[in-house]
Amino acid sequence: MADEIVEEFLVESAEGLERVEQDLVELEEDTSRSEVVDRIFRDIHTIKGVSGFLGYTSLERVTHASESLLSKVRAGEVKVDERVISALLGTVDATREMLERIEQTESDGGEDYAALISQLEALQQSAIPAPPPAPALALAPEPPPAPASAAGEELPEAPPSVPPLGEVLVALGVVPEDAVASALKQQREGDPRKLGEILVRDGKARPAQIEEALDAQRTSRTLGTNAKDATIRVSVDLLDRLMNLVGELVLVRNQILQHTQGADDPAAATNAQRLNHVTSELQEGVMKTRMQPIKTIWGKLPRIVRDLAGSFDKEMRLEMEGRDTELDKTIIEAIKDPLTHLVRNACDHGMEMPAERVAKGKPAEGVLRLRAYHEGGQVIIEVADDGKGIDPEKIKASAVAKGLLTAAAAERLSERDALNLIFLPGFSTAAQVTNVSGRGVGMDVVKTNIERIGGTIDLSSVLGAGTTIRVKIPLTLAIIPALVVHDRGERYAIPQVSVLELVLLEGEEMRRVEAIHGTPVYRLRGKLLPIVHLSEQLGLGPAEGPPPEALNIIVLQADGHPFGLVVEGVRDTEEIVVKPLGKELKSLSAYAGATIMGDGAVALILDVLGLAQHAGIVREDGASASNEDASEPSDRALHEQEALLLFESDGKSPLAVELARIDRLEELDAAAVEHTGGRDVVQYRDTIMPLVHLSHEVYGRPLEVARERAPDERYQVVVVRRGAEVYGLVVGHLVDIVDTAVEARPVGRRPGIRGSAIVQGRVVELLDVDAVLAAALPEVWAHEAAAGGV
Amino acid sequence: MAQYCTFRVADLMFGVEVEQVQEVLRGQRMTRVPMASHVVRGLINLRGQIVTAVDLRRRLSIEDRAEGEDTMNVVVRGPEGAVSFLVDDIGDVLDVPDDAFEDPPVTLGGVTRELVTSICKLDRSLLLVLDTQRALELTHEAAQ
Repeated sequence: MADEIVEEFLVESAEGLERVEQDLVELEEDTSRSEVVDRIFRDIHTIKGVSGFLGYTSLERVTHASESLLSKVRAGEVKVDERVISALLGTVDATREMLERIEQTESDGGEDYAALISQLEALQQSAIPAPPPAPALALAPEPPPAPASAAGEELPEAPPSVPPLGEVLVALGVVPEDAVASALKQQREGDPRKLGEILVRDGKARPAQIEEALDAQRTSRTLGTNAKDATIRVSVDLLDRLMNLVGELVLVRNQILQHTQGADDPAAATNAQRLNHVTSELQEGVMKTRMQPIKTIWGKLPRIVRDLAGSFDKEMRLEMEGRDTELDKTIIEAIKDPLTHLVRNACDHGMEMPAERVAKGKPAEGVLRLRAYHEGGQVIIEVADDGKGIDPEKIKASAVAKGLLTAAAAERLSERDALNLIFLPGFSTAAQVTNVSGRGVGMDVVKTNIERIGGTIDLSSVLGAGTTIRVKIPLTLAIIPALVVHDRGERYAIPQVSVLELVLLEGEEMRRVEAIHGTPVYRLRGKLLPIVHLSEQLGLGPAEGPPPEALNIIVLQADGHPFGLVVEGVRDTEEIVVKPLGKELKSLSAYAGATIMGDGAVALILDVLGLAQHAGIVREDGASASNEDASEPSDRALHEQEALLLFESDGKSPLAVELARIDRLEELDAAAVEHTGGRDVVQYRDTIMPLVHLSHEVYGRPLEVARERAPDERYQVVVVRRGAEVYGLVVGHLVDIVDTAVEARPVGRRPGIRGSAIVQGRVVELLDVDAVLAAALPEVWAHEAAAGGV
Repeated sequence: MAQYCTFRVADLMFGVEVEQVQEVLRGQRMTRVPMASHVVRGLINLRGQIVTAVDLRRRLSIEDRAEGEDTMNVVVRGPEGAVSFLVDDIGDVLDVPDDAFEDPPVTLGGVTRELVTSICKLDRSLLLVLDTQRALELTHEAAQ
């Protein structure tokens, strides 16, 4: 048996099943629609016929049983109800299972699906007394057909609506109506010639006109309802290849245009212009072939909503708008799972029980509305429910209870920001985890997946009236805007989505990159920005020529962490076509792919996250402390590569704090310190910052002694953040910033110190910032706890 | 009877079945790939397709060509796209009778042994049949 036949059968059956599934859900809403029943019947019949022909007997039995049921439905003998729909959906599931098995093992598995078949048969017996069906339409439940008769030709397939040639001729104004009538009469009277021939012989029309009419007739056929004739299957590989060739053509075009612009040859210029236009149109056309309507992934949702409504005993309806909105195939695949999750979430958490809805004066049936549309070169997808909405106060309380931020910080959040807390890792609003939403795939994963393809997600909600989630995504991944930089003679492209800003330091300003023991940082608007040199990360070797007169810092963001990438030069922003690297190079995490520049040379695309991991900015497991994050659990194991700030106090072994925990490093005038209620505080950026003397807290010096340990009346202060509050740790002096893998040992553990580790051959003690703060400022903690906080 | 596309690397003559060879190109503009194995000389733009260029000299642990010496790209189709092998020179396409093949001698050692599937006895020389897939396995090599 030719594999192609089986493959074609699998593809067509999968499409048929998807249609059947959507049709069944549609039919359940309006059981009177006979054309939908006909459609379902045809699809099932085709699968049955071919599976018999190919010898898949189990598959044939199941589809045959449901076909028999459907024929009773068509004949009006069985009424469509929830049981019938469920049984038929069961058929869809079983068929899909068997198709998968055929794909993997070339056999349908031979399972008998006895329960399903007997259910389908029982439903056929529940025939309602109905007027006897028209005999011509009723397909009696037939025995499993012999393979030979299984082609499906006997079906009342809708004939393609092709207008007869005569009508076309009249419509085109070629011949008058009576001429066609008389020619047709001649045919009926036994003239064997074709209509066109008769008309030409009679001098009523010229052959060219007949040709034209035949063309028009053919066109109307391809544009007709029969989609099979209007489309062909093309492999994605082929489309990708075409896309590559078009990209190459664009480059050639650019070069030719450049040549002809200078040359004094009008003919060449005209040709180049035409080449230009044709190329642009071709490019657009090929891009279009990769676009798919969003309904390819929405198609599965009605069934999901129906099943969820059933399992929750809720009443829900799904409305979809903009099903034909098109997106690049790769994007469609990337948003499939996040979108399904959002819909499940809305059904599970958003919608109330029918009784609750009625009590609130809403219709018992909830409406889930999906909307997709284009806006400013992006596609917007909205998932809106008219359910109970989200209470920002509850979200805040829950986030505080889970230690995601402090009560004080929560207080200051706007309603919108509070709602968006649900996208934080570790947050889940469900009081109890259900088997639908609570499988460890939280909204944070949805957000990550959307952001991975350069999209954004935003949530708004009106308490009692519903929730709307808006997802914004780019039209295509294949072409992205990128910043092109160069270093040591090669160009590199950096995806624009990761670029926050560019900083240029010239002359004296270059000194502002502070190097502590070889690890550079730059104070960007007061915040410490770790600096990474591209040439060092990629091992490009020393620069040639004189030392640079300026420093280009590209501020990038990897997983929420800003860092500065130093490159030799910045060129321009360009739209680039992303191309994959060969498998020989896949293991290099620093690259996201490659692209071809305007002059035909290849440039590597930098993977910002991979680069950040390589540089130790972000830990490889993706979990990393962020400056913005409130508090980390203080007993978090330190083992992956991490950036640490080392400092000394009282001449003891150095203390270490994760750089990510640190907001800023400050040098404060000791005279600026005020005393209030036994605490040292300073006015700091419009707020009061308490100071904690480590010499006192960690090494137990009397506070007075600790206060006097300020050389030149200056305090070295490490500003840390906890939630929205800042605290200053007064240290002796800063030692170093190191990137290192740290394994914490319990040696020396005591209040405020969570252990020791070896860093660059020295023993350092790991400071437990939260514990130190809690011990030093108990009243602050008492306040937080009272407010329902940590 | 099989047809082999032949090429020279240092003093060795290699052959790859003609069906596997997509095309042969003279030296191409190359973009180097920092941090990749030193066997990878760079990336070339083959009509819009980005192809990795693997230097067979380096792959075989043979010393580099002298500065400025020409190279040829033998572009080979693989299961995951095309790859280019950098060689010193291109030879003829040869018809080789099936009985001319022999296993590599047991005394043949080193990397060459790993990358040669069989040896074909030609009238005046020996043709080493290259295992192109093996030649692309750079993992152990890259660790050097």
